[in-house]
Amino acid sequence: MTMAATLLAAEGGANPLIPHDYELIVGIFSFLVVFFVVGRMLVPRIQKTLAERTDAIEGGIKRAEEAQAEAQALQQQYRDQLAEARQDAARLREEAREQAAQIKAELREEAQAEARRLIEAAHAQIEADRQQAFAQLRAEIGRLSTDLASRIVGESLEDEARQRRTVDRFLDELESSSAQAVR
Amino acid sequence: MNALTVLAPKDQFGAPTPEELFTLPPIIPGVDWFTKPVLIALLSAVVVIGFCWAAFASPKVVPRGVQNVVEYGYMFVRDQVARPFLGKDADRWMGLLVSIFFLVLIWNIMGVVPVVQFPVASHIAFPAVLALSIYVLKVYLGIKHQGGVGYFKNMMFPPGLPKPIYLLLAPIEFLSNMIIAPFTHAVRLFANMFAGHMLLAFFSMVGFWFLFEKLTPLGAPIGVLGVVMTIILTGFEMFIQFLQAFLFAMLAAMYIGGALHAEH
Repeated sequence: MTMAATLLAAEGGANPLIPHDYELIVGIFSFLVVFFVVGRMLVPRIQKTLAERTDAIEGGIKRAEEAQAEAQALQQQYRDQLAEARQDAARLREEAREQAAQIKAELREEAQAEARRLIEAAHAQIEADRQQAFAQLRAEIGRLSTDLASRIVGESLEDEARQRRTVDRFLDELESSSAQAVR
Repeated sequence: MNALTVLAPKDQFGAPTPEELFTLPPIIPGVDWFTKPVLIALLSAVVVIGFCWAAFASPKVVPRGVQNVVEYGYMFVRDQVARPFLGKDADRWMGLLVSIFFLVLIWNIMGVVPVVQFPVASHIAFPAVLALSIYVLKVYLGIKHQGGVGYFKNMMFPPGLPKPIYLLLAPIEFLSNMIIAPFTHAVRLFANMFAGHMLLAFFSMVGFWFLFEKLTPLGAPIGVLGVVMTIILTGFEMFIQFLQAFLFAMLAAMYIGGALHAEH
């Protein structure tokens, strides 16, 4: 190789296709060093890191999916609970309304009964009063009639005018006494 | 820089020759092996190791800073290089493929880094050792996984063809797999970097010569054109540098994949 190079150099120009010995050595040396450090030491490290990254990303995606599924389940649960609560509320409202109607009806019934009772009591009272008044009146009328009759008989009716006066006086008395009695 | 000083005494513009651009004297006189390409090759190895160390020494599940950048490169190699050609074996070969891709990428990028400005792969020795390593690995894996006879049988006699075809196919397949493949693997990278460096050197020389060395009213527009072309080609060159690093790693993955499993 050196021989060829020197031959060519002697001819007046180095052939660029003839490699120099020392460059071959430096070339293979630098390549081997690079291969050892980069290819053997560093590339496995980045490969490990890339695998970890892939794992991390896949794990992240999986975790996100799980979280989403959980969130959806939870949402469904809440929705169910809400629907249930709404149903309960509607049912309670219905019950309350029924109860209210019932209570109202009962109260009305009671009030009407009370009113009837009061009216009856009042009627009874009035009847009793009336009976009493009637009994009193009867005794009075009897007494007054006897009184009037005795007076008419005793006075021996002289004339019609006197008779009339007597009757009028009697009626006046009757009137005033009854007014007193009423009072 | 070297070439410019060489050219300075001349009166006429002369395009830089490969001799001027690629045959560089030792940095320290007397130490013959320690030239600029060697220095940059070692520097590139340090840069690759430094970056990868900063990124992957203690990698975080949630990446930060430099880890993001290097991890992006790692993902690129894994998804665009390793997985299409190696399938489920991809992870086992990532160390090798990442080392190759990053090292070649930095070698190439050194061609446009200011001051450094020398693509390491434009010296055939550097791509050659990588291609040779892959070649040795390929043959070793092929014999290990397909058997000594099986490997060559699968390579030279793919099943399902009419018998006479094999007369033609077998030598071609052998030649292409065993001799041409490693050669093209190395030369493709080398030639691209070599030509790219020549182009950049030529146009920057045009700009330097017509704008600084010999500024004339007629020459100035050519100098400006040279500068503009240098800028455009630098951008283009960066794309090529990345593309070649990608291709080199991809071919390595392809060879390894072909050795692990016989092509059907």
